[in-house]
Parts: sequence; C-alpha cells; structure tokens
Amino acid sequence: MSDFAQTLITAIAIGSLYALIALGYTMVYGILKFINFAHSDIVVLGAWSSYTLASRILPKLGLNPHNPESVPPIWVAAVVLLAAMVFCGAVGFTIERLAYRPLRRAPRLNVLITAIGVSLLLQNVGQLDYVFGASPQKMPPLLPSWELASFTFGEGETARRLVIGLVDVVIFATATSLMLMMQYLVFHTKLGVAMRAVSFNTDTAALMGIPVDRVVSFTFVLGSTLAAAAGFLYVMKYPGMNQPAHTIWVLLGLKAFVAAVIGGIGNVRGAVLGGFVIAFVEQFGAFYISTNYRDVYVFTLLIVILLVKPSGLLGSPLREKV
Amino acid sequence: MSLLKVDNISVSYGAIQALRGCSLRVDEGEIVTLIGGNGAGKSTMLRTISGLLKPKQGTIEFEGKPIQGGPPHLIAQSGLVHVPEGRGIFANLTVAENLSLGAYSRSDHDQIRKDREQALDLFPRVRERLKQAAGTLSGGEQQMVAIARALLARPKLLMLDEPSLGLAPQVVQTIFQVIREINKTGTTILLVEQNAAMALKVAHRAYVIEVGSIEMEGPAADLASSDEVRKAYLGAH
Repeated sequence: MSDFAQTLITAIAIGSLYALIALGYTMVYGILKFINFAHSDIVVLGAWSSYTLASRILPKLGLNPHNPESVPPIWVAAVVLLAAMVFCGAVGFTIERLAYRPLRRAPRLNVLITAIGVSLLLQNVGQLDYVFGASPQKMPPLLPSWELASFTFGEGETARRLVIGLVDVVIFATATSLMLMMQYLVFHTKLGVAMRAVSFNTDTAALMGIPVDRVVSFTFVLGSTLAAAAGFLYVMKYPGMNQPAHTIWVLLGLKAFVAAVIGGIGNVRGAVLGGFVIAFVEQFGAFYISTNYRDVYVFTLLIVILLVKPSGLLGSPLREKV
Repeated sequence: MSLLKVDNISVSYGAIQALRGCSLRVDEGEIVTLIGGNGAGKSTMLRTISGLLKPKQGTIEFEGKPIQGGPPHLIAQSGLVHVPEGRGIFANLTVAENLSLGAYSRSDHDQIRKDREQALDLFPRVRERLKQAAGTLSGGEQQMVAIARALLARPKLLMLDEPSLGLAPQVVQTIFQVIREINKTGTTILLVEQNAAMALKVAHRAYVIEVGSIEMEGPAADLASSDEVRKAYLGAH
C-alpha cells in the first residue's frame, strides 16, 4: 500500500515534468510542423544554468553550496527558477531567429536536420570547460528537505513509511500552475487565438494581419521557458547532475517527446495527458516488474499507441487534402 | 487617384510563369471583377497583391504607396483585406474566434462590437453558430463567416477570391446580394470569379485574364455583351 502510494506520488511529480517538456515539442510542431530536437537541450540548459547560478549565489549568502544541510531562504529558489526561465527563453528566441526562421519556406526535412544540428551544438558547447564542463556536479539544495506528511504502514520489521516531500509538492504545484497559465493563454487570449490560427494556416493567419513571425518567436520563447522550469525542477528532485550531453538527459527529452506523440502531437492538452501517462507507465512498470526496463515500458507504449491510434490519444487524424 | 494600381507585374512559381506583365486598377467605390478560366492567374493576382507572393517585376500601389512584396500582415493592416480561395476559415477555431481574428490589429473595442453586430446582421445564420467550431459549418456558412470576418478588419478594399465556389445557387444569390450591400456602404471590392455571369452582373468594371495576361477590360456591361466573352465565359453559342 505505502509502496503503491509512494510510486503514485513520484509518478505525478515526474509526469508533470514530462508534460511541461512535451508542451514545448507539441507547440512548435503545431505551428511549424517539425520536431524541434533541440528542445531537450533547452531542458538541460535550464538545469545547468540553474546550477551555475545557484552555486554563485549561495556563497554570497554565506552558505556552502556543497553542504546539503545549508538551505537558503526560499526566495533563492524562486530567483534561480525565474532566471533560468528568462535565460532559456532568450536562447530559444535566438535559436528560432538564427537557425529556423531562414528556413521558413524550406522543405520540412531541412528544418529537421537543422534542429538536430542545433541540438548537437548545444550539447557540445555545454561540455566546454568554460561553459558547464564535462563532469557531473551536485545541485546545491535550494528547497528544505521537509517531509510534509509521513505515514507508517505495518509494524516492526515490515513497517513501511510513506513520505510526501516538499520537493514533490513544489514540482507538481509549479508545473501545474505553469500549465494552467499556458492553457489560459492558448485558449482564452487574443495571442492564443492567433497562435492557433497560425498553426492551422500560416498564410491565412497573415491575411488577418497577424504578425506570424512574432507569433512563432513567442511560441519558442514560451516552450523554452517551460523547458527551463522542467530542468530546474528535475534537478531539485534528482540533484546528481549528469554532464550536459549524458544519455540520461537525452532520454528525458526523448520520453517527453514520446509523451507529446502519445497525447497527439500538436495538441496542447494531449501533451499534458501524455506526460502523465508516460510517467505512470514508467514508474509503475519499474516498481511492479523491474527497474531495468523502465525505458522499455515507455517505448513499448509508444509502439502500441502508434499501432492502435497513430494520431495519439487526443490527436485528430490527419486528413489528406485533395 | 486609384485606390489600387497594379502596374506590369510578373509572377513565377519556379519555372512556370503565372502572370506576365499584368496591370489593373481599382478606383474608390467600385466593384471590379477579374474573370477567367481555371489556372488563368486570378488567385495568383490576389495573392501577389496581398503580399503572399512576391512579383518578379512591376509595382503595386495601394493609396499611392508601393506595397509589392511587403509583409502580408502589414498590407492587411493597411486596409487591403483578402478573403482567400477556399474561404480561409480556421476550422479548429470557433466561429466567434474566427470573427475576432478579423479585428486582430484593432483595439477600439466598442467600435469592434458595433461592427461585429453589423456584420452578423448581414448573415443571421452565422449568429446562430458563434460557439460552434468553424469546421463544422456548411460551405455557404463558412463563406459568410469569411466575409463577415473580413468586414471586421474595416477594409478599404475587399478582395474576394471565388466566393461562389462550390455553393448552392441560392446561397450564391445571397452572397452576391451581400457583396452589393457591402459596396453600397462604401467598401471598394475586387472580385475574382469563375462564375462570370454573376460577377459581371454586380461589377462596374471587369478584366478578363487568360493564361497569365489581361486580355480585355472595360465596363462590366460592355464585356457581358461582347461576343468573345459570351462565347468563352457565359456559355453562349
């Protein structure tokens, strides 16, 4: 019982991270119809820039970043998160402006290859010594390691504890509020209507007087800030940070991409749903079957969905225009 | 001075030349129609005027200012509004959202509300469907939404690309009646049509385009009675 509940809590926290990242993939796909493979590297950038900033701020406050006991006041976490989001938003803007916009009228394949190129560029620049370096680091704690609630099941030697940690709650609350803000923006504001119009037909959107390029830029900035938040929250939960090009990061991005596909790529609500579905399959599979195959569960689900409902859970089937 | 002056423009899609040295003008208050067969270059002409295509040569002036090759959203904001072929409805948005996009670059909310009421008065059927996804509407209703949406942009010149395409004859009548009404309230109209009979009935002046060049022009009534036009476009023998 307690194990089940513990797995559930982790799945919800991790699911909200997958959902945040998947939103970036799905929004860019919705508007420009290509998979932005550099998106997962923005997550890494969010994580590593959070680390860089935190390890500079903490000594200034008289705290030792390497001491897990020295937790800064809560505003430090907020500042680091915001700074990472702003920074990654700016990087996302720049990438779109320099790498993708010149290819706006080019075949989709060219853009896709460019995206892979940008991804490799980010990974390798990130490993340079004067950027983030090629060795793993430990994220200094920014959140107190409080246990908000703890329950004990059973007695004696078989007793199990269920812990709801502050970190899980912060992850879920931050991710959910960001996603709610995004939902509001996309479905209830003028800019959101414009984004959906551009995603349906760029030319017709331009005929409405919508500045298409600006809407595209905004989409990249939005997706990148969400990715940055996901990167920050991820290292709050798992402070052992792998080096910027490590497979762990690649897999994190890849799974979020799978989440977007499973939910129905291009569909904002589908991305959120897909994120949670993936996390549940992964966490419960790891718990009930074997941790060794946690990636296998996710990709198996992808294959099943592609066979059964290729357009994804909430996606609408692609109709070929005649 | 003409509201719109297209001078000697040529447009190509790769190696295929779609327009060769075409000129036309639209004066304030007119309905001008551009008729011609399939693939004659009618839609290319409108897409070039609204900035979606860049001409290889020639100039386009709107209110005396050159606009050729300019970004389409700025051309639209300047009052040159294009309802594209196939209506350009955003099927994934509601009818109300589609209408709101017509007024995208405006911020005079009270006036927008008034204009919206006026546009909906022209098309009572659209009013009943405001909350529906626009993709679920019939072709005629979609055309009505497209025109109502264009009116919300307060066009100085409204360009309609084949508004009668694929519509039932009765609906075509309604659409053309509305085109006349819109023109009476002071909006200049450039109408592209394959339905030459209807177009020549509502228009003041007309141009005939064939394989990329303007072959004839003149008052609509004159063209409607000319033998060549009657043979080629009005089905007379």
